[in-house]
Amino acid sequence: MTSPAREYTSVVRVSGPLMVVSGVGDAAYGEVVEVRLPDGEKRLGQVLESRTDIAVIQVFGGTQDLDTDITSVRFTGEPLRMVVSPEILGRIFDGSAAPADGGGAVIPGKIVDISGSPINPTARAFPEDCIETGISAIDGMNTLVRGQKLPIFSGAGLPHSRLAAQIARQARVLRDQEEFAIVFGAMGITNEEARFFLNEFEETGALEHAVVFINRADDPAIERIITPRLALTAAEYLAFDLGMHVLVILQDITAYCEALREVSAARDEVPARRGYPGYMYTDLASVFERAGRIHGRKGSITQLPIISMPDDDITHPVPDLTGYITEGQIVLSRDLHRKGVYPPIDVLPSLSRLMSGGIGEGKTREDHGGVSDQLYAAYAKGRRLESLVTVIGEEGLSEADRRTLAFTARFEKEFIGQGVGGGRTVDETLDAAWDLLRLFPGEELNRISPALIEKYLRREAP
Amino acid sequence: MTGRIIRITGPVVEADGMRGALMYELVHAGTDALIGEIIGLAEDVATIQVYEDTTGIAPGEPVERTGAPLSVELGPGLLGMVYDGIQRPLEVIRNEMGDFIIRGATLPALDRRRTYAFTPVAEAGGKAVPGTVIGTVAEGRFVHRILVPHGTEGVFASVAGAGEYTVMDQIAAVLSAGGSEVPVTMLRRWPVRVGRPFAEKLRPKDPLITGQRIIDSFFPIVKGGTAAVPGPFGAGKTVVQHQLAKWSDADIIVYVGCGERGNELADVLRQFPALSDPRSGTPLMDRTVLIGNTSNMPVAAREASVYTGITIAEYYRDMGYDVALMADSTSRWAEAMREISGRLEEMPGEHGYPAYLASRLAGFYERAGKVRVLGPSGSEGSVSVIGAVSPPGGDFSEPVTQNTLRVVRVFWALDADLAHARHFPSINWLTSYSLYPDDVQGWWNAHGGEEWSAMRGAMMAILQKEGELEEIVHLVGPDVLPEDDKLALHVAGIIRESFLIQSAFDPVDTFCPPEKQYHMMRLITDYARYGKEAVEGGRSVAEIASLPVAARLARLGSMENEAFTEYFEETEREMAAAFGKGAGGRT
Repeated sequence: MTSPAREYTSVVRVSGPLMVVSGVGDAAYGEVVEVRLPDGEKRLGQVLESRTDIAVIQVFGGTQDLDTDITSVRFTGEPLRMVVSPEILGRIFDGSAAPADGGGAVIPGKIVDISGSPINPTARAFPEDCIETGISAIDGMNTLVRGQKLPIFSGAGLPHSRLAAQIARQARVLRDQEEFAIVFGAMGITNEEARFFLNEFEETGALEHAVVFINRADDPAIERIITPRLALTAAEYLAFDLGMHVLVILQDITAYCEALREVSAARDEVPARRGYPGYMYTDLASVFERAGRIHGRKGSITQLPIISMPDDDITHPVPDLTGYITEGQIVLSRDLHRKGVYPPIDVLPSLSRLMSGGIGEGKTREDHGGVSDQLYAAYAKGRRLESLVTVIGEEGLSEADRRTLAFTARFEKEFIGQGVGGGRTVDETLDAAWDLLRLFPGEELNRISPALIEKYLRREAP
Repeated sequence: MTGRIIRITGPVVEADGMRGALMYELVHAGTDALIGEIIGLAEDVATIQVYEDTTGIAPGEPVERTGAPLSVELGPGLLGMVYDGIQRPLEVIRNEMGDFIIRGATLPALDRRRTYAFTPVAEAGGKAVPGTVIGTVAEGRFVHRILVPHGTEGVFASVAGAGEYTVMDQIAAVLSAGGSEVPVTMLRRWPVRVGRPFAEKLRPKDPLITGQRIIDSFFPIVKGGTAAVPGPFGAGKTVVQHQLAKWSDADIIVYVGCGERGNELADVLRQFPALSDPRSGTPLMDRTVLIGNTSNMPVAAREASVYTGITIAEYYRDMGYDVALMADSTSRWAEAMREISGRLEEMPGEHGYPAYLASRLAGFYERAGKVRVLGPSGSEGSVSVIGAVSPPGGDFSEPVTQNTLRVVRVFWALDADLAHARHFPSINWLTSYSLYPDDVQGWWNAHGGEEWSAMRGAMMAILQKEGELEEIVHLVGPDVLPEDDKLALHVAGIIRESFLIQSAFDPVDTFCPPEKQYHMMRLITDYARYGKEAVEGGRSVAEIASLPVAARLARLGSMENEAFTEYFEETEREMAAAFGKGAGGRT
């Protein structure tokens, strides 16, 4: 993009989040524009389509109060960029990177394009350092590793914010004391949720190594398209330039996708499912794939996006496409929440694809994989039996089945429902698992090798 | 040969002044000369899909025609390489341009400086037709045959002597009937959207042995066959594809990571050089070509990636090799088509996919097959294609899954419920199918034993029975079932737990040789038969289930392949004794 800045007042159409300017001729695709309203207010926009006669522009601050007479548009000749420097740590910005904490502008260290560039797949280092979150359902059965993108699939009214904040507070890497940072990107969250996170960060002292970008529910919706990119640009700088281990929390991806849909609908594009654009998979990938590690660089980016599933429907396009891109998912369950279980993680549909590389001897503990598989097998069987019992009652069950039911109840109450207090270490999580597995005779534990059963099942027998 | 850009919208660019340009011609768009392909023509306006990020391109910038369609480079040096969707070498790009992909890279797919030891086979004066072997070079442990290219025919005017040559050096000249002399190098180009020719298609009969029990023994695929692996996210499509890429007994593997995760490719790159091929003992990477166009890389190059992959597969097929191609995931390829189609404002078909989705899918899978290659050698080669499908919401009624099922002959349906219970591979044994069992029966008779087909039938019948009984159990509980039904449930449990579940992460169980599969089937079917006789003789299922031999069956999979024979015989003896059979049972 080499063209110098040009200014036009030829706005010919304003519709929804879009604006059409005529007679531009050389607007570059993706170029940033500065829109000056009749009252002097300035807003940012970006070229979505460029033709020899017109340019279609999405206006991030919304199109309210634009006119087709006085409104002027300055084409900057630049892509969307932001300023990064070590000073961004501890700062709070709005959804388009303007300071929102009363502080001044960031003193430039480096100016970077917020869309980023794809990491060359051959440069990626495979993630394999286990992050201990202190939460048994995650550490024991869906282990998070450094450089992973692991979303939380939630629903309205479920405690996803509390869980995300708890993970941010407790997360540590085993046997490691390295510099870490938190980047929080909020899209369309309520004032209350925003305050919850800010309080949490302030109280725990996390704010000084956090960068916060907040687009609130009442901020312009189209701005949400850039907020996660700002957050990830900051994260990439901290991770790959400064060598920090960065945990990125993005909430709420569903609000982000709704902004995409709004722009797509305004352009009369052919929709895919439920009105969402056909390129949503590609677009989400351009956000989620900005996680990982790189050979020869010290830092890493771990993403913890939060997705609220409309009507708790995991097949809704947003969680569905997300699940195909991310490396697993943590699914919260309304049933468990109603039962008073915290954290209400339903482990059956939850998954960490990178778990096997981060656990086992030398990393966590030799019995980790087997224990996790065994818990899964037993709990899945228990849940099947529970639905059976509602029909035929417990009398019809064999003794082995009754053992499984007893296990299932205790598993939900004790292992998953560890409460809001502090976390468990990975060792404590695995020991808690063995306490439950002792309900079974050793030969029924067919997912664990006999040697490990010998070693752990009899250890500190009750 | 220069046009001018008049419109840019995402990966699609329009240019005028393009009269005379060809459909699917390759162009360089914009001042940065981004690679693109013409996908539509109207008067002098060409519609171009651009294989790189178009940010910053403005109307008025030039478009240069190349006069040639999108092609790949073929020659020695492909094996072990990692390419993007349009065959740019990702490792070379990383060395030259850094950890992040910068657009505008134009690096050759094959190293121009590397030399190969060429051994001539043809002689000057000999007849040269397409497919005639000119000579060979060693590519790792493979004999890379240099063939007379398509469209070249006559007699050899010269053939280079043994020695070191680069892919650009002339290694032969062919004197055509018209009297012109055509120089031949080891480097070939072939347009990716055109299948490479062959003499005839043959009926496949050898199974592609994958070392995965549920595949080889229940739903086999043949060398030259096609299979689809659909499943919702988290069901284990990628692990299945990785397992096949690692352990299947094809000579060459082409793995296309089409619109998938960057870390998955990193995983392959971490594992494949370290793992060794169970048959040759050499690193798996030495027989593999990786095409990696991850989800965040340009969408148009993702559309091209499957064609790039299959053209490379056909090239090795033409040398007489058995090649297997894994495409993960064909849904991302279809979505790339949809995205481009949407930008073209085409009338959409089902779910917004273009109307030509079915014909593109069929055209791709039809490039699989076992063939007799061109030329006097008459040798046979094959391309097997295994495509992963990612149906939205796990709903198999969606267009990509349905249109794929119309053309493939094996269907491995992945099941979310199985995956949730950590039953892997989560291939559902009731809904999956293979149309090849009759074709491979001969192979199994020769390499396993005569009973393969009967045992397979018996085991599947028991699982089928379990499926039917489950509904009844849900209504009335298991207690009221007659003993023979209880036995079916018990044996079905053993089949599932000890045979169908196979851990990809267990160092032994990850690959199960066919002989071991056969023996496992024998133990289980014998157990089922003995059990049936015992029940008929008045023993209860509870009593049978408590025999220690049932626990022995559960550990068959992870038993070291070398020690297996002994364990198998011991189990057989113990089983015979437990059921009161004569010593040794059968041998």
